[in-house]
Amino acid sequence: MYDPTVARLTYRALLGRRRAAILFVLPALLVAIAFAVRVLTGSDDQVASDVLGGFAIATMVPLIGVIAGTGAIGPEIDDGSIVYLLAKPVKRPTIIFTKLIVAIAVTMVFSALPTLIAGLILNGNGQQIAVAYTVAALVASIAYSALFLLLGTVSRHAVVFGLVYALVWEALFGTLVPGARTLSVQQWSLAVAEKVGGAGAITSDVGLPTATVLLAAVTVVATWYAGQKLRTLKLAGEE
Amino acid sequence: MTTIEIDHTSRWFGNVVAVNDVSMTVGPGVTGLLGPNGAGKSTLINMMAGFLAPSTGTVTLDGRPIWRNEAVYREIGIVPEREAMYDFLTGYEFVVANAELQGLGNAEAQKALATVEMEYAQDRKISTYSKGMRQRVKMASALVHEPSVLLLDEPFNGMDPRQRMQLMELLRQMGAEGRTVLFSSHILEEVEQLASHIEVIVAGRHAASGDFRKIRRLMTDRPHRYLVRSSDDRALAAALIADPSTAGIEVDPGERALRIQAVDFGRFTELLPKVAREHGIRLLTVSPSDESLESVFSYLVAA
Repeated sequence: MYDPTVARLTYRALLGRRRAAILFVLPALLVAIAFAVRVLTGSDDQVASDVLGGFAIATMVPLIGVIAGTGAIGPEIDDGSIVYLLAKPVKRPTIIFTKLIVAIAVTMVFSALPTLIAGLILNGNGQQIAVAYTVAALVASIAYSALFLLLGTVSRHAVVFGLVYALVWEALFGTLVPGARTLSVQQWSLAVAEKVGGAGAITSDVGLPTATVLLAAVTVVATWYAGQKLRTLKLAGEE
Repeated sequence: MTTIEIDHTSRWFGNVVAVNDVSMTVGPGVTGLLGPNGAGKSTLINMMAGFLAPSTGTVTLDGRPIWRNEAVYREIGIVPEREAMYDFLTGYEFVVANAELQGLGNAEAQKALATVEMEYAQDRKISTYSKGMRQRVKMASALVHEPSVLLLDEPFNGMDPRQRMQLMELLRQMGAEGRTVLFSSHILEEVEQLASHIEVIVAGRHAASGDFRKIRRLMTDRPHRYLVRSSDDRALAAALIADPSTAGIEVDPGERALRIQAVDFGRFTELLPKVAREHGIRLLTVSPSDESLESVFSYLVAA
């Protein structure tokens, strides 16, 4: 199911592109904000939760997910170099699964790790807030990667759609329309964080069982469907 | 012995028919797929390569369907026309990756790089390669598992004459080894130099098939049209029409020129300057008026 060569190519493609700069910029920004907030307001659980929930989970994790998820396959499909993977006796679902693993790993490293660091800076993990949001970032990394990998497989405008989803749906509708919040990776991951954090420190609109089922379902279905789409990917539309 | 069989295959994109009811068998040896740009050559190759489903009909490799069957890639090697190829890798890393995906390793990759004579630049990034170097590394990536079928889409594009000859030699050798080699080109001379067997595609249709001599004859025996301006058009016309290589001459007063239809191409090209010299006529313009490849091909379709 996992092909080390596909993984190596994907890592190098992901981290070698200019777009990868965002992978470094956003976490650096988060840590800088955390540092500034800590210096200005001191250690405060509520502030820590606001920063991590408002910036790390609501904005940074989905953005990193978009970059890593779509970037793991989209550019290869766009420029046609994926033909070198497809012209091999390698099962298409193996290609997708491998790329998913890479996307998850990259998203986790660039979103969960800085979230933990920022949390520790903000309030030294008081009320388990740093750890809880880190868990949320880890869980969200999986679902976002699967979702955006699928998007990268089916659409040439994956980054745009991904950004619309991440910023408009998750960040805007998610805060305004109650129904939209139920269908939001962010809320699902917060449901997991809610259990980890101290009582009342983190709240989610979704119950943990629903969240877990939805997270797993989205990940599995998106990955399976991406594998199917790759099997019938049409490379030639030029003529 | 590996054979690709295309059976009553069509492929359309929306309203556009790219390949129209084509049937052909591509067997061992070198086959040239000849046709003008946009004729459907790439679409056909993409179907043979399993990157595109036929809209109707079948494309099979020794009886097995190629579409959605990744096992065929153990036997097929593909050299795509597109340039993109993991430019951030070195040539060596790229070919090794291709070898690994075939379940092979460094030794096979090194051998393939030696075959295309790219060892000297194998440690440079692909992004620094010239077009010809890219083409050769692509070739190495396709050869790494010693496939019995090799499909190449416009492989000579952008190659200098020396590289072209090198690649031709390599393909010829592979054909002689009994491999099935198919390459596309829109240049007759390329195909003629290399392929013993030619398939001609024009506007999505299979226009001709066979030995290159037969196709060459079809192409050169067709009537050629020329537009000629000279210091004395009428005297030139009178002298030319006496020779059987000229089938008809029209005086075009609007263009102030002669429109000449020649039936024997070789003879006419020798005749024209000779006649002009003998009669003291200066030739001002001699231009073939239907030499475009498209007109050659459309003549073939009609033939």
